[in-house]
Amino acid sequence: MDTELILMQLFSGVALGAILVITALGLSIIFGMMGVVNFAHGALFMVGAYAGLWVASLTGSFWWGLLVAPVMIGVFGMLIEFVLIRRLYGRSIDDPLLLTFGLSYVLVEGVRIVFGSDGIPFPTPSLLTGVVDLGVGFFPIYRIFVVALVFAIVVLLWLGLEKTKFGLIVRAGSRDPMMMRVLGVDISKVWLAVFGLGVGLAALGGVLAGPMRSVNPEMGALVLAEAFVVTVIGGLGSLVGAIIAGLLVGVVISMTALFAPEMATIVMFALMAIVLLIRPQGLFGKLA
Amino acid sequence: MTKDNRNSNRFHISRRHMLAAIGTGAGVMAMPWIARAADDNIRIGFPTPLTGPFAAEAKDQVKSAELAVKQVNDKGGVDGRKVELLVRDDKLNGGEAATRTLELIEKDKVHAIVGSLSSAVQLAVNEVTRARGVLYVSISQSDTINEIKDFSKYTFHEALNPTMTTAAVARHSFKKGTKVAHLVADYAYGHEMLRGFKRAQAAIGAETVGEIMHPFGAADYSTFMPRLRSMRPDILCISNFGRDQANSIKQAVDFGLKQSAKIVVPVLLHNQRLAVSPEVFEGVVGGSNFYWGLESTVPSAKAFNDAYRAANGGAIPTDYGAYGYTGVMSLLQAMQAAGGTDTDKVIAALEALKYDVAKGPQYYRKCDHQSVQSVLVLESKKKADMKGDSDLFSIVANEAPSEQVLRTCAELGFPT
Repeated sequence: MDTELILMQLFSGVALGAILVITALGLSIIFGMMGVVNFAHGALFMVGAYAGLWVASLTGSFWWGLLVAPVMIGVFGMLIEFVLIRRLYGRSIDDPLLLTFGLSYVLVEGVRIVFGSDGIPFPTPSLLTGVVDLGVGFFPIYRIFVVALVFAIVVLLWLGLEKTKFGLIVRAGSRDPMMMRVLGVDISKVWLAVFGLGVGLAALGGVLAGPMRSVNPEMGALVLAEAFVVTVIGGLGSLVGAIIAGLLVGVVISMTALFAPEMATIVMFALMAIVLLIRPQGLFGKLA
Repeated sequence: MTKDNRNSNRFHISRRHMLAAIGTGAGVMAMPWIARAADDNIRIGFPTPLTGPFAAEAKDQVKSAELAVKQVNDKGGVDGRKVELLVRDDKLNGGEAATRTLELIEKDKVHAIVGSLSSAVQLAVNEVTRARGVLYVSISQSDTINEIKDFSKYTFHEALNPTMTTAAVARHSFKKGTKVAHLVADYAYGHEMLRGFKRAQAAIGAETVGEIMHPFGAADYSTFMPRLRSMRPDILCISNFGRDQANSIKQAVDFGLKQSAKIVVPVLLHNQRLAVSPEVFEGVVGGSNFYWGLESTVPSAKAFNDAYRAANGGAIPTDYGAYGYTGVMSLLQAMQAAGGTDTDKVIAALEALKYDVAKGPQYYRKCDHQSVQSVLVLESKKKADMKGDSDLFSIVANEAPSEQVLRTCAELGFPT
């Protein structure tokens, strides 16, 4: 087994991890700030891919799809929060979980009715097609673009949460919503924005995944499982955890694919089990 | 479509319940002619994965099977009896398929089962039909179903089998000394295709440079690509099905593998080519049981296409879809010849049947009930060469039906 191959495999893992990071981040933000386990995350990822495809075909440009679809679906997410989830605050954690679980079925069926259950082609934007020589081997330009974009978004998100007033309110609100109300902050508006942000990130993940995987109504199911595994490994609600665990899972899957390819899907669940045994709160999770 | 079937079926059951109630209540006062009308229908159970990654192919199977039933009914049915198709979603799951099949047999009293799209699921259906002594016309590729271990006199295999498909594809794409790398779905279908290709390679003198098993239903294949590339193959042979095919070919192309190797698949799927794009599939070679383009040379294909187009708003039938038609049609023709649904008579009629309903002459080999039929080798067209949206493939070869491409009855374990 030569080093070039191992390096290439490592890079494949990072690229795979980038997609995991972006979807797990959305899930983690929503849980961390609002305590809502969003089971519709995978379905919203899928809806995001369809929205991206739809906008791209209307405008004739992938870039508009990449820009508009996450915003569009983010706003749709806010609508979901406003109409459905808001009513369940203060109840047990199962209620929003069951609600979003049902919602995911509605979304998948809705897309099946509108777009059909067959896969739809989502071509790679012409600017990003082809491969580039990394010195150790060839790698698709599009995947490098995804890694770079996800990195940029992570940095922006971190700046937004750490350096802005909104970020401060969000972080404080996640610690003690009651105190925020006493201080005169309308916490419901914050939660509306946070849910929209989380859903927008899922949609962005969907649009990014579109040109790599075929776009179909079931594409979110597997992603939901992956995003949960990543969030659990990283620690529920921890953003740093979601980022590190996403990359870790990507690399572990990739390395397993090199040595025991048939185990590639199972390995992330094994990793989750090990982490839970050693650190039940996840790598970066706080003890409840 | 499925809903309609379920509804009509529910009505049917309630009507039978009602009749039973009248029958017991009124004793001798039963109305025999209605009872006979209800029970006289020939019912065919049709389990297929309407949901999940093979849904596109499954829906086409249903459309084709319904067309066969409609055509027979329009001509007055089988021996004067109407035919009913009871479609069930097997959810691409062996347990689900076995349960639905058992229900079809016990509750709906079907006279035969046709269907199942996955090689693993069809074996589960076959277990049930074999145990209950019900006819099963399988329309998914399998090698083991022909072998004596899984075979029963009730089992007929209308689909091509991996030995036939891979032999034809290999003959038209491998040469002596060709280096072949295999990416294989880790379940029955993939394993059987790999075995078929290796058998064909041995005969041709092509060499295997490596094989990778991938988990069934994986969304991302990128992690397999560096190693496949490092094997430096002349041919990358991808043995998987449904969405797995579209995804893995797309990602192999993304990683530039097509620049150094030719991509070959055991079965080139119409719907998966549509799910990706002509640029991605361009030059990919694979086997097939049916392609609508056969209509320029095969009269029965023309007739089937025309009837299908008329029934489905101009849409054309697809490969795995066509199995629904040929499978149901051969069964109904045999029932017609047998003069009814008596299982042993229908088995004898199927064994004696020569049929040509969509792709040229076919017949079931006596020992293993494998349908001997033509095997197509297709190549995906370049976008510039496509005359229209449905002009997807060029026919590289149309191998005439021959028992030569099958394993011998002795090889399958049958007494000779």
